Amino acid sequence: MSKFFRKSRVARGLQLAVLSAVVVLLMGAGDETARFNDLGHRMMCVCGCSQILLECNHVGCSYSDRMRAELMAGLDKGDNDDLILQSFVQKYGTVVIAAPATKGFGRVAWVMPFLALIVGVIATVLLVRAWRSRPAAAPSGVAPVTGPELDAFRNQAQRDTEL
Amino acid sequence: MSQVGSFALVIALGLAAYSFVFGILALTIKGPAGERLGETARRAGVAVFAAVALAAAALVMAAFRDDFSIEYILQHSNRDLSGPYKFAVLWSGQEGSLLFWSLLLSAYGFVLRLRHKTDQRLFAYASVIIAAVQIFFLLILNVAARPFALSAVAAPDGNGLNPLLQYPEMVIHPPMLYLGYVGFTVPFAFALGALIMKYPGEKWIHITRRWTMVTWMFLTIGIFLGAHWAYAVLGWGGYWGWDPVENASLMPWLTGTAFLHSVMMQEKRGMLKIWNMWLVFGTFMLSILGTLLTRSGIISSVHAFAQSSIGSWFTVFLALVAATCAFFFVKNKAHLKSEHKLESLLSRESSFLFNNLLFVLACFTVLWGTWFPKISEWVKDQKVTVGPPFYNSVAVPVTLLLLLLTAVGPLLAWRKTSFESMKRNFMWPSIGALAVGLGMIAFGVRPWNDLAYFYSLMAAMLATLVILTVVSEFIRGGRVISDKTHQNLLASMMHLWHRNTRRYGGYIVHFGVAVVIMGVLGTPFNKDIEKEMGFGDRVTLGQYTFICQSYTEDDKPNYESNWAIINVLKNGKQVLTMYPERRFYKASQQPQTIPQIESSYWGDLYVVYEGLNQDTGRPIIKAHINPMVPWIWMGLVIMVFGTITALVPNAAPVRVTAPARVQAAPVGAGD
Repeated sequence: MSKFFRKSRVARGLQLAVLSAVVVLLMGAGDETARFNDLGHRMMCVCGCSQILLECNHVGCSYSDRMRAELMAGLDKGDNDDLILQSFVQKYGTVVIAAPATKGFGRVAWVMPFLALIVGVIATVLLVRAWRSRPAAAPSGVAPVTGPELDAFRNQAQRDTEL
Repeated sequence: MSQVGSFALVIALGLAAYSFVFGILALTIKGPAGERLGETARRAGVAVFAAVALAAAALVMAAFRDDFSIEYILQHSNRDLSGPYKFAVLWSGQEGSLLFWSLLLSAYGFVLRLRHKTDQRLFAYASVIIAAVQIFFLLILNVAARPFALSAVAAPDGNGLNPLLQYPEMVIHPPMLYLGYVGFTVPFAFALGALIMKYPGEKWIHITRRWTMVTWMFLTIGIFLGAHWAYAVLGWGGYWGWDPVENASLMPWLTGTAFLHSVMMQEKRGMLKIWNMWLVFGTFMLSILGTLLTRSGIISSVHAFAQSSIGSWFTVFLALVAATCAFFFVKNKAHLKSEHKLESLLSRESSFLFNNLLFVLACFTVLWGTWFPKISEWVKDQKVTVGPPFYNSVAVPVTLLLLLLTAVGPLLAWRKTSFESMKRNFMWPSIGALAVGLGMIAFGVRPWNDLAYFYSLMAAMLATLVILTVVSEFIRGGRVISDKTHQNLLASMMHLWHRNTRRYGGYIVHFGVAVVIMGVLGTPFNKDIEKEMGFGDRVTLGQYTFICQSYTEDDKPNYESNWAIINVLKNGKQVLTMYPERRFYKASQQPQTIPQIESSYWGDLYVVYEGLNQDTGRPIIKAHINPMVPWIWMGLVIMVFGTITALVPNAAPVRVTAPARVQAAPVGAGD
């Protein structure tokens, strides 16, 4: 019975996680201001300040004001996000996009950290398994203590050594 | 001055070379002759400090005396520059900052060589390695980047200091950052020395750990001061922009932090010896890489105040260091054999393993992102930008996972932890974290509307979990002492900390980290508005209304200043007047904004006078409300306090009175 409950709780948890992921993935549809804000944070100002387009605060910056106006014009025209970004790339080059593209060679930039994570996790898990499978050096002449008794000793030892 | 300085640098190079060559000879000669020779090498190493300090003093003196016959002073100072900034001229340009690096390195070397009696042979090896690094920097200073080179023309005044650097924090930030960067040379020297000499036992790791903690603290202060400088000077309302030079300082910090955790595995369990060795090597190499990034101009950065061709020197040096480390590692690898045995996945050991995995992954991501534009250029001949969206997509989830480990890890016992004790230790902190999450939702945070809000909610909950687990650890330990000594709880907690400063100092650092995260999580809730404001114009942002009262100007010897006078109303009632400033530096002919920041516990009001609109001639004011930002700086203070307390020696030796039947479980002590 308890197993069933545990299982159903796990299943409910998984369903909730999937639902949350779907909600998170479906986010993003918003009004024009939100799109302006979103796109403006996905592009860089190309004046050389190395700042996100909407964060460039140089008064008289010959680029950012113009670029913001172009972005707004693109939104007013009803262009979709990809089209707007593409028009900026054509005009200012690939450096205008604040992060590498998710296609072509740019994909390598995105993949590598996750690849490193996967390799790292696998290596760590293999390491842990190898270390766990090593035989423990059994203390001679003393019967090993297990279970709650061991926990009690461990807690006592921890309390004593922490002081 | 230039002759004194140049001569001092030549002498310093000679002394460093002597210390290196005769230091090696002394290590190969056995008996009193070797010892005597080693002593002369040590003393030469000590004398390097005096020579470099003389050179640095000569450069500072030249700045104060407006000696524009020296090219460096001509380029980075001017007559009307105020005293503290004339002092800061030392690290404001390429040659000076390399001299400053050498000065700090020789100061670390000085302290190390004075403490040689701790372990004469290990310190002798470390001294030789430090001398080798000193030779590299002194060679650059004598050949490629000479701070005392004479100027071609006799100029009446200098070009002045970069306006971005004319800010009080710039007098503190670079020294702290450099103390951090340079300081990692010492753990590196001990690690490599221990590997070369096949150091018996783990004493070297205790020595290295203390040096690493000191260095880590300086680097932490340096990074945060840099962030605060960016916040208070650059005027964009943010404090971290993932600029390559910021990244360069973050990388050694990440690996250094990983080392400070994994070193405990070696101390307690004799595990991860090879890993720790390479973490120390890697941290040092990342420090050099940081300097390469800053100095070479390989990767463009707004922070690269000084760029030249000396990048090739650093590339060669980096290759030499890597080759030396690899050679001795292959040669003496057997010495680093560990007795790895893991009893349970639910243990302190496995939490450290995953902690290290995440820190190294974060470091790799930053390194990869920093170099990817260059790689893309090499491979595809295409320039790309790797900016905040890339880093945030990886750094935020990694930080959240690290926060989770920060909460969970310290409560796990070495070897094995039972689920029962986990449940017992985590119940109340988890309830508290959940309450914070629900509270945020009740106050209108909708994590399902925006991923940034979701991250903020998670960060708030996890940071609360960290804070509550730390507090509960203090209370639990304090109660045990209180039961035994009948002191009150607060006195017992102080007693507890005194008995195991490292462990509880570490907890305080974790507490500080959680406070910093609390500060960062306010970012998605930032608000700002920009408006041209004439007299009497008003603009509203959140609860605040900004009314432009007037504009005024002033003429100082070094710069001209313009101020806006802005009255701030909260819910219709005047609460303060703000004076954002814009300066124009005369010598360098460059403008600079000085935002005014009004901090409270819950956030900053940040107002920037951006200048005049070139078309309309009207002044532009930008106002930001940045919630929680002051918590970042408070968190730093707590982290530094925690590190200092962790460095304080324990009040009394740790008493181990575990029952005899528990054979080998010195659990929990000293970490």
